[in-house]
Amino acid sequence: MPPTDATPVLELRDVSKSFGAVQALRSGSLRVDAGSIHALVGENGAGKSTLVKIVAGVYRRDGGVLALGGESVDFDSTAESKAAGIAVIYQEPTLFPDLSVTENIFMGRQPMARGGRIDRAAMIAETRALFTRLGVDIDPRRPALGLSIADQQIIEIAKAISLDARLLIMDEPTAALSGNEVARLFAVARSLRDEGRALVFISHRFDEVFALCDAVTVMRDGAYIATVPTAETTEAQIVSQMVGREVADLFPKTEAEIGDVVLDVAGLTTAGEFHDVTFSVRAGEIVGLAGLVGAGRSEIARAIFGIDAYDAGSVTVDGNAVARRNPRAAIRAGIAFVPEDRRQQGLVVDGSVGRNIASVIRSGLTRAGLLTTAAENSAVQPWASRLEVKTNALDMPATTMSGGNQQKVVIAKWLATEPRLLIIDEPTRGIDVGTKAEVHRLLSELAGKGLAILMISSELPEVLGMADRVLVVCEGRITADIARADATPENVMAAATRSAGDEEPAA
Amino acid sequence: MSTTEQTPDVLVAPSQQSRGQRALRAVLGSRELAIAIVLVALVAATTARRPSFLTGSDGFRDLLLSPSVLLLLAIGQMVVIVTRNVDLSVGSTLGISAYVCGSLFSADQERSVLVVFVICVVVGAGLGLVNGLLVAFFRVPALVITLGTMYVFRGVLKNVAGANRITAGDFPAGFERLGTQQVLGIPVLTIIGLVVLVAVGYYLRTARGGRELYAIGSDPDAATLYGLPVARRVITAFVLCGALAGLAGAVTAARYATAYSGTGSGIELQAVAAVVIGGVAIFGGSGTVWGAAIGAFLLITINRALPILGISEYWQGAVVGALILGSICLDRYLSARRARHLIEARDDA
Repeated sequence: MPPTDATPVLELRDVSKSFGAVQALRSGSLRVDAGSIHALVGENGAGKSTLVKIVAGVYRRDGGVLALGGESVDFDSTAESKAAGIAVIYQEPTLFPDLSVTENIFMGRQPMARGGRIDRAAMIAETRALFTRLGVDIDPRRPALGLSIADQQIIEIAKAISLDARLLIMDEPTAALSGNEVARLFAVARSLRDEGRALVFISHRFDEVFALCDAVTVMRDGAYIATVPTAETTEAQIVSQMVGREVADLFPKTEAEIGDVVLDVAGLTTAGEFHDVTFSVRAGEIVGLAGLVGAGRSEIARAIFGIDAYDAGSVTVDGNAVARRNPRAAIRAGIAFVPEDRRQQGLVVDGSVGRNIASVIRSGLTRAGLLTTAAENSAVQPWASRLEVKTNALDMPATTMSGGNQQKVVIAKWLATEPRLLIIDEPTRGIDVGTKAEVHRLLSELAGKGLAILMISSELPEVLGMADRVLVVCEGRITADIARADATPENVMAAATRSAGDEEPAA
Repeated sequence: MSTTEQTPDVLVAPSQQSRGQRALRAVLGSRELAIAIVLVALVAATTARRPSFLTGSDGFRDLLLSPSVLLLLAIGQMVVIVTRNVDLSVGSTLGISAYVCGSLFSADQERSVLVVFVICVVVGAGLGLVNGLLVAFFRVPALVITLGTMYVFRGVLKNVAGANRITAGDFPAGFERLGTQQVLGIPVLTIIGLVVLVAVGYYLRTARGGRELYAIGSDPDAATLYGLPVARRVITAFVLCGALAGLAGAVTAARYATAYSGTGSGIELQAVAAVVIGGVAIFGGSGTVWGAAIGAFLLITINRALPILGISEYWQGAVVGALILGSICLDRYLSARRARHLIEARDDA
């Protein structure tokens, strides 16, 4: 850590936070000086967002030091953090869509005229002044509904300025911005820094970190790794600090015989989400779809499975075209889809394990139109035992199981349909380390039996350990297709963070 | 978005319109005007059929007097609905309040009318507080909570009142006269409703608390992140709604000079209907109390006008239902169009 004499605006030391059994933050440390922009980087799940939410007063830390301007503080609510001069801009801006942008900026602390009345004229004048200063041209009276993410962030920044915040935290503010919008945001950030405010900037794009920030703190697996001035480090150094572990042994992918093409996607395009996506997956092959959160990977998967419509392109399985926007047709064609959000989209959490596994093949199990639990359980028994789903009885509700076992139930549900292709979105999110390896072994085994697997994962080690081939998606386009032997954390990260306009080939 | 050349739409570029132009535009484009026109057209059509509907001395009075109870309930309901909640217990609260009012007078005819009104409001506010606390702290949807309290409140009233019916003779003449008294041709009971309407409308538009009610309904999670006092505001909304239901109970007693265990049964759904017809979003965040008030007038007037227009009274319910469906479709259409405009304005800029 660089030695500084001045008291930092924000200091976190060894801060920890657990949610139930999951430790989201083991030992988070961060020290931000006034008049500086500080980058906070780390892989998805490294604990950055948890750290931010602790500073914002959304969560309470379990342990460690949180000091503001040298004084230890405890925030019980977001209101307290705000009153202390902290403004947070979340990945998803949180505005009130029905209210005007002016009201969004001043909600809860509107200027008052006599008689407890809100002074609208003063409020609007001040909003105009803020917008002029930020160099944007937005009608103060227009509702927040329909604003672009970039403009919503400008509203959030205007809010922070009008609060006279001394610390401004931006959680991946550029994820959804175009080049011009990023330039505008940076100009604003620099002018705020020059006024002596402290800024924390979370980003996955290293070019931006180096262009904007004075120092960078790296986090990994919920812990502090290092803080260095950006002038004294390199992208490669940061990436190696972020990844920092041996990946090869963790995820044993056994070699499988690669067969014929099962899934063929050609020119798939949906305006605003992904463009000209073309790739194929062969029998026995695991193709990893890597990239940042929000790059468009899940959207591609949803389009292939027919949940969302797409504008152009085609999807074929075993040479047969799959109808668009029709999940039933996709299931008939042999596609199985394990969604990212297991509890919301993958399971009927209150239903029994047996009923969950039988849910897709239900219609084949009826007798005279009636479905009995006995029929369901006898049909799902082989699948449950094959996946070693740890539950004594199939009658137990799915909600009582651990994340890993729930994931196995979802996979079993699809295996019961005897699919040709398994699309699995974030296979091990929220699953503890032990069970993670089991899920990975299972995927490897399935590939060995000739199943084609398309695996979306934000965890770099998982992608590198499991995939025969890594496709990297960046801003809705496939920016790299890297064979297993050539894939490294560095070249995948580089392709995933390539900002729009970069022309050099990735990998 | 850039700050350069074209400014294709006032929606994104700062508005150059004067205050008057803006106000006119807001009124002309408002959802409230649409139903006000429907109301005026209905009154006109009915008057054409039977002139006394509007011009007769009783006709004009009834036109204003009949909605006075529903007006109060719709105002309270609107304040709750705008926070993304609902209060189904207002009918039962009204019943309890009316019965309390009747009991107070039948025990002592000399009681001050003002004191009785205050007691009714306090009783209603207390029941509203129960709703508010349950909704704020149990984090169960208000629909379920107030469905429960609706039956509980009514059950308590039935137990206390039994088959007892408080009738005209139990009320002092001064109180009963309120039901027909007019000031400048406007019934006193309606004036009470209008005064409440203006006060609540002013609060919702110009006070921090009022704006925060909209914010909470627009996005409850964002309201928490903003550090708004969500629980306190929601409780306040329910207390206000209950207090107005209590006031409506006293008004009911004054208007009909009767109170029994079934008073106000079923009126809660009319209150919700009035609010929805008035253009208040059922998921909160938008709409005005003016709209809810016009909705209440429209709902009551339709029921009185249909027989005159030669439509069987059996159709009344269906007509009201069609009105609700129509206004919801209109709202969907308008909000989709507005969202599209706002997005287009952004893309063009």
